[in-house]
Amino acid sequence: MGMRKVAVVGAGMTKFVRRALETPKELSWEAAHMALQSCEMTMDDIDGVCFGTAPDTFDGVHMNGEYCSDGSGGWRKPFMRSYVGGGTGVFVPIQGWYHVASGLFDVVLVVAEEKMSSYYPHAQAAFMTIFDHTTERPLRPNLLWIFAMEMNRYMTTYGLSKEDIAQVSVLHKRNAADHPCALLGDANITLQDVLNSETLAWPVQRYDVSPVSDGAVAIVLAAEHVAKRITDKPVWIEGVGWHLDTSYWTNRDLAYPRYVEYAARMAYDMAGIKEPRKEINIAEPYDPFDYKALHHLEGLQLADRGKACELYSSGTASRTGNMPVCPSGGLLGVGNPIAAAGLMKIAELFWQLRGEAGARQVPGHPLRGLAQAWGDLMQVGTVVIMGR
Amino acid sequence: MTAKIKEFPGTSLSEQDFKEGKVLFNFDKLNGIFAWDTGIGIGTYLAALKNGVILGSHCSTCRKTVVPPRTVCEWCYRPMDQYVPLKDTGTVNTFSLCYVTWDVKRIKEPLIPAVIEIDGASPLHGIMHMLGEVDPKDVKIGMRVQAVWKPAAERQGSINDILYFKPLKED
Repeated sequence: MGMRKVAVVGAGMTKFVRRALETPKELSWEAAHMALQSCEMTMDDIDGVCFGTAPDTFDGVHMNGEYCSDGSGGWRKPFMRSYVGGGTGVFVPIQGWYHVASGLFDVVLVVAEEKMSSYYPHAQAAFMTIFDHTTERPLRPNLLWIFAMEMNRYMTTYGLSKEDIAQVSVLHKRNAADHPCALLGDANITLQDVLNSETLAWPVQRYDVSPVSDGAVAIVLAAEHVAKRITDKPVWIEGVGWHLDTSYWTNRDLAYPRYVEYAARMAYDMAGIKEPRKEINIAEPYDPFDYKALHHLEGLQLADRGKACELYSSGTASRTGNMPVCPSGGLLGVGNPIAAAGLMKIAELFWQLRGEAGARQVPGHPLRGLAQAWGDLMQVGTVVIMGR
Repeated sequence: MTAKIKEFPGTSLSEQDFKEGKVLFNFDKLNGIFAWDTGIGIGTYLAALKNGVILGSHCSTCRKTVVPPRTVCEWCYRPMDQYVPLKDTGTVNTFSLCYVTWDVKRIKEPLIPAVIEIDGASPLHGIMHMLGEVDPKDVKIGMRVQAVWKPAAERQGSINDILYFKPLKED
């Protein structure tokens, strides 16, 4: 297709916290500054800026991307803000990728920020606006309903128990205990802790859900000739994919995320991956809820339908297993500042594949990783495959 | 690189810091009042609900019957051919027992939202609504249910013209 090779050459992030003192602009700058410093670049080296932030509703600021542009470095640059809901964090590096792959730019700064705490008293109520205003909102829905109902359908279709699914939360929160930016890392959490937590919307309990968070992440993307000049450890973007399903979510098979499958197939084709279960060494599926990690692993073709929980019970998904899942700690452990959470997964793969992940390092010099996010009206899948 | 960094940026605050006035903040409320046109497809759907009918729409190219009705078929991008009255009975595709309200207040008796596949629509095609007149412990996926309507005189052409769906006793 005549595309240039694109590498991730730098990354930075802030702590993920429930409520940050810093504004969205300040969080964006902190992450972007760290990413630039990590590859010894300055804004003079940056040809364009791609910025991701999820609903304007959280901030109560219309055109939030433009509002934050001084913090994200967008001023006096070609600046693009993308927004595909929860999928944004893995879509914004795709947007950066095509600007470099196409030959338009040599170096792009990618920044994703979210500040959910401003919406008062709880960001939950902002999500009301994702439901159809005429056919659904009069029923006074809350966001948990949609997940609870999808989880119930998933469990019932495949005969899974709450224990099967709670293992995900346990592993991710334990992994997060080794992440210096994590909000909910807990090295000692047990299956019983998850199963005994407060029931919010059965089958969803408190520890099945990721926390509302504030935070920012940034990466630097560079074309091959630049990447090779500035680092001897570039991490290449080998494949990207994204796909949208129907916005009529009650007209969809809730047990299987077809849109994630199509996004994954697009990315696997581009990366030349024929057998993803053998060729993907680290998986970072989107895990705002524990069952979603399983749902997505199946959509990604990394597990048979209804069998993803076996990756956890067999130890395959553990950090020392054959295919570690969310060695970062994921959204369940590190936190879920929407757009930033997806880009955190990309940053994690960057550090893991370079062997720089410290206490979280997956052993055995992993070659290739996959990050995935999901969002919009529960209907978009975004996938990036990275390798060294 | 993460392994080399000792202190990451980002300063954590708590709700307490606001209450105790340790940080400054600006409290404000947005005025958001809307009047949404129902449009053609959903307008027809709501008009039918007022008459006690759940309406779908049918695409003869894709041979699909969807609910709620719409004017364009998502599959073939052609106009939908016709509106079709469906039954007011269906099957529970999935449900939740929800112990928090939309604004995160705790409640003792759970709300029971469900996706209900409406009889007469294509497989897996349903709408979101509430279940009622049922013990939360007895709700099952696959359960047959029927709409409980508001009295005809009180219907307004709204999704709330159906109060909820209750278990259907079939012989």
